[in-house]
Amino acid sequence: MISSTGTKGFVRLEHGAGGLAGWELFSELILPALDNPALAEQGDAAVVEAGGLRLAFTTDTFVVSPLFFPGGDAGCLAVNGTVNDLAMCGAQPLCLSAGLVMEEGLSLDVLERVLSSMGRAARNAGTCVVTGDTKVVQKGAADRLFVNTSGIGVVAKNADLSPAGAKPGDRLLVSGPLGEHGAAVLAAREGLEIGGGLSSDTAALNGLVQALLDSACRIHALRDPTRGGLAAAINEIAWRSGAAVRIFESAVPVSPAVAGTCEILGIDPLVLASEGRMAMFVHGQDGEKALEVMKGHALGRDAAIIGRVEQGPPGRVVLETAVGGERLLPMPSGHPLPRIC
Amino acid sequence: MPGVNDPAVCRELAAALAREVSSPVRFMEVCGTHTTSVARHGLKSLFPPALGLVSGPGCPVCVTSPGQVQAVLDAAKRSGVILATFGDLVRVPGPQGSLEQARAKGADVRVVYSPTNALDLARNHPDKTAVFAGIGFETTAPAVALTLLQAKDEGIDNFLVLCLHKRIIPALKALADHPEARVDGFLLPGHVSVVLGAEAYEQADLGLPGVVAGFGAGDILLGLLLLARQANRGERRVENAYPRTVRTRGNTRAKEAMDRVFEPADAQWRGLGILRRSGLALREEFSGLDAEKRLGLTVPSLDEPPGCSCGRVLVGAMAPNQCALFETVCTPSSPVGPCMVSSEGACAAWALHHPLNPRKGHP
Repeated sequence: MISSTGTKGFVRLEHGAGGLAGWELFSELILPALDNPALAEQGDAAVVEAGGLRLAFTTDTFVVSPLFFPGGDAGCLAVNGTVNDLAMCGAQPLCLSAGLVMEEGLSLDVLERVLSSMGRAARNAGTCVVTGDTKVVQKGAADRLFVNTSGIGVVAKNADLSPAGAKPGDRLLVSGPLGEHGAAVLAAREGLEIGGGLSSDTAALNGLVQALLDSACRIHALRDPTRGGLAAAINEIAWRSGAAVRIFESAVPVSPAVAGTCEILGIDPLVLASEGRMAMFVHGQDGEKALEVMKGHALGRDAAIIGRVEQGPPGRVVLETAVGGERLLPMPSGHPLPRIC
Repeated sequence: MPGVNDPAVCRELAAALAREVSSPVRFMEVCGTHTTSVARHGLKSLFPPALGLVSGPGCPVCVTSPGQVQAVLDAAKRSGVILATFGDLVRVPGPQGSLEQARAKGADVRVVYSPTNALDLARNHPDKTAVFAGIGFETTAPAVALTLLQAKDEGIDNFLVLCLHKRIIPALKALADHPEARVDGFLLPGHVSVVLGAEAYEQADLGLPGVVAGFGAGDILLGLLLLARQANRGERRVENAYPRTVRTRGNTRAKEAMDRVFEPADAQWRGLGILRRSGLALREEFSGLDAEKRLGLTVPSLDEPPGCSCGRVLVGAMAPNQCALFETVCTPSSPVGPCMVSSEGACAAWALHHPLNPRKGHP
């Protein structure tokens, strides 16, 4: 409820944190103003039909600070993020656009490094940036460089994915350790030195999604746990699907470096962003097979089955904690971690 | 050696706790990190039904009174001031809004992880005055003391501290006799105890069982087991179940630094009112770095937000889900009271890590 959140007409950082406040902003301001069925679907990308094809279309803006962080930079992040939004609908990217908002005084060397990284990432994902736009604003009107990317993709014929698609008995898988991007950017920004090395997991997931679609596993829903982390991704799917989900904390892969960073910063790894991982709901009988397919792909080597859809109140996400306790895992709220993507 | 979160160890401790607790007993944790850990691990789902664990005034932001929050806001609104504070405080709503809202309207409010970051702000902005809002117990106070000593050494005069620090032991004494708290023992705070030492509680003579506990699930279950044993045997001792970190005498260097910089003073607590000698004020020698004096700030006497029960939640008189505002108008994304703002607050811990089948209220 925008009116009762104390915003009093102001945007707060929390509106961009991928949790409840952002959802309220979308459902109470954005959706009413721009209302249409494709937008209301709230997928990672909108799926529209044209010429007998299902096209996925998405856009994302990247304001990450710092621009360069261990494991990546704003350039590859912007490409991978948009490719992944398409991939979560079962689409392979056709082409991308890029919009650059540059602050007066930005070093051309920095710009060149970001652009090369974009090019490399696009080639790795089997796509390219075919159009774009540049704007320069005066010093102080932006922070160095903001990047927007949009993408169009073709949805695979056999893909039947929806954030409302999780079904009773489904297994929940993740493709690898969670929270590495969020932890790496936060640590870089806070100047935290943590042994073992933190590195962003930014990567394009379209290849992994294709391998899963080719395997004929009955995939019901995909989500890349970016802002708001796994907690946001699973709550959204549970709520949209009317499903009760149980997650086993001891099965959730988290690297020691991420666990350590979370300990220091007082953050739950389940709300930290990943930029090269996905969560997948798959038919209960296909869980093990899907796990094998994931593990056979370079980006899914550390995949794990972490939960299932069970009998219970629709939308409820239960976390069975590592020590054997139980609690709800709610939609993250009230903890803005600004500018991680 | 199994870790403090080893599932097998935790199962055994939970079973031992169930055997020990046969009639209703009620303990209080007085440390926000304990509150968070209990919630995060879902520990209450492992407790025997007769065991109640209530959250006391252990969250620094929560015990900061409405008037003190207003004083911080007043400081932030002064021209030329950079207000530096720990993250949680920026979202605490007051009658004139929160620091976060002040920032949205142009006040220079920075979130820092250490008071030394605030001193850096003073060094890097010689034309501004960096004001650090010093909140928290004997955990954060030593670092603030050391930063003040450094500022004084270097002759930095655009670094000020708005000193709202509190001492935990006067609050424990007030709670031991509190008619609504009705506690049978305290799970004593691990971090504060690192500084004060276990002996500080013995000297204070709380009149109730007390166990210093660490922050892992196993640490907390062990602490509760020892408390239950004492309660069953009618003992009122202080036990240290966190000896790998907490010494009997504490950290003497930290205590010396606090003594040099601070002196005990009466302080306002949300929920407990004014407690004698329960706060820390800057000594006269440091008055040049005292934001209250330099900026002429006053701490007004203000009421809680309408309908907010944080004051009663903080003394264990009410469980978060007994408050009419809980998760109706007061949520983590739009908090009314500080216990819903801070991740260490009892209400936020409850809302962010919801117990599965919560009882209405404490036993």
